[in-house]
Amino acid sequence: MTKKNDTQNSTGFIGWIDERFPLSSFIKNHLTGYYAPKNFNFWYLFGALALFVFVMQILTGIFLTMHYKPDAEQAFASVEYIMRDVSFGWLIRYMHSTGSSLFFVVIYLHMFKSLMYGSYQKPRELLWIFGVAIFLALMAEAFFGYLLPWGQMSYWGAQVIVNLFATVPFIGPDLAEWVRGDYLISDATLNRFFAFHVIALPLALAGLIFTHLIALHEVGSNNPDGIEIKDYKDKKTGIPLDGIPFHPYYTVKDLVGLTVFLIVFASIIFFAPEMGGYFLEANNFVPADPLVTPSHIAPVWYFTPFYSILRAVPPILNSQFPGVAAMGLSVLIFAFVPWLDKSPVRSIRYKGILFKKWLGAFVISFIVLGYLGTVPSTIWGQFPSILPLLGGSDVATVVARIFTIIYFLFFFLMPVYSKKSITKPVPKRVTMK
Amino acid sequence: MANKSKKVDLNRRRFLVTATSVTGAIGVTSLGVPFVSSMLPSEKAKAAGASVEVDVSNVKQGKVLTTEWRGQPVWILNRSDKMLKSLKTSPKKLADPNLEVSSQQPKYCQNKTRSIKPNMLVIVGICTHLGCSPSPRLLPKGDMGENWEGGFFCPCHGSKFDLAGRVFKGSPAPTNLVVPPHKYLNDNIIIIGEDSEEEA
Repeated sequence: MTKKNDTQNSTGFIGWIDERFPLSSFIKNHLTGYYAPKNFNFWYLFGALALFVFVMQILTGIFLTMHYKPDAEQAFASVEYIMRDVSFGWLIRYMHSTGSSLFFVVIYLHMFKSLMYGSYQKPRELLWIFGVAIFLALMAEAFFGYLLPWGQMSYWGAQVIVNLFATVPFIGPDLAEWVRGDYLISDATLNRFFAFHVIALPLALAGLIFTHLIALHEVGSNNPDGIEIKDYKDKKTGIPLDGIPFHPYYTVKDLVGLTVFLIVFASIIFFAPEMGGYFLEANNFVPADPLVTPSHIAPVWYFTPFYSILRAVPPILNSQFPGVAAMGLSVLIFAFVPWLDKSPVRSIRYKGILFKKWLGAFVISFIVLGYLGTVPSTIWGQFPSILPLLGGSDVATVVARIFTIIYFLFFFLMPVYSKKSITKPVPKRVTMK
Repeated sequence: MANKSKKVDLNRRRFLVTATSVTGAIGVTSLGVPFVSSMLPSEKAKAAGASVEVDVSNVKQGKVLTTEWRGQPVWILNRSDKMLKSLKTSPKKLADPNLEVSSQQPKYCQNKTRSIKPNMLVIVGICTHLGCSPSPRLLPKGDMGENWEGGFFCPCHGSKFDLAGRVFKGSPAPTNLVVPPHKYLNDNIIIIGEDSEEEA
């Protein structure tokens, strides 16, 4: 990073501020003087887009809070009130609900970019771990938020997820009761989930995003070639030869990406806000009823890969805990990737075919598990009972088990195949077409 | 790239930056409209603020009926002849006897009794000082003293109004009580919140 200077040069009003607050040096250090590799591609848009969606969720959330009532008696009606009576309430709510789904789209693509280009490797381990923490906080944020409309899916989704805590050996039932604040999901639960959703987690997310960016600007951005641009600097200026200032080059590029994103976003809001039941589930248009579970219950799409893993793991020793543990591990294991990847190169461009195959297998298993999580486990019928071992079991469950194993093998075997996979020589300077 | 940068077309750059900024600003401003308007009274609030129908057939002479319009008390007072007479005696003590502040009543009530039918006073029971609801002191004298001819008294800061809701001089309230828009559907039914057709 360039030296902190140039504050002396500013005059007038900016100069007055600079003597009291590092405005110019902040802009220089983080925007106009922050040199990012010049070979960023499409995949590097999603970080900025995620930040944009975060801000939009906060904004729309504030306006929803003005009309929403976190009360089991009134919550459902207050959401309908927002949809029907509040001026443009439908738009603000659809922005928020579509925003939550697109947040995950953007975050998953952002994570995939890091897996492709080895953006978690030394010295970016902490940057990656902050990212995993953001992902965890985001999942919690989405989960708490999903209870608030107090529809059937809200209620029973929360019921299932909170009962995951009940499977923890020994302390489980007490823990679940503590989370709920009642013996069932009730007004008390709704009220505290509201508190988590509107203040606790957004605050945590803001803090984590801040540390994520600080870490990024400390170590500098990775790039599709996975090489350090800091290795080749202009001898006079100390500026990386393959670096360009974030502003204006990448702000403009991100604006183009944002425009395309907003076209997609607006199309969904105005033409398919429920997205065929994937963004807003049909059952959630029915008020919560503690006495009747909907016949088909599934989480929102962004949770389904992990939900599939939960369903796929059979009970061991009469305990559901292994399934819950597997689901927890399937998320937390991302944090260990910097140490699981033993490859001498970062980018998929120079990694061997073996790594590419494993990454491909992981993506396929993530998608298949994601799909299976949205449908009942009986969807593909049963194996004929004459078959040994498999006879009579649900086809979809067996498929989910196979892909769960592949999902975990991607991580568990990474130290082996990433080392074995033959790499190509890495260029010294970034490549651009 | 380094060579090309010498030939920066500043005009073109300025145009693009301005065009982008202006377009962006228009977009952001347009997006602001739904957000700002979402804070306005909702359809529910508007429905609650719509006109109300009141049956006044049971309001006897000298009695007041309190009803609600937009969450505010509205008094419907059936003034007796004696009460109407009292309106004539007080002008000198009033701050605005001739209803010069015309915002305080619709045009069709800009008359000596501040009403459509002389005896029927329809008035918003909210003091024009700081929004308390005055209490009716319809009968002369009593705890209001020897000179009191009947009217309304605000308990918060002591504003006094006569039986047409006109404020007495020396009261903290600056203007007369508000006569809401209203009209008669028939002899007995008043609609508060809708203007009388005579106005136009």
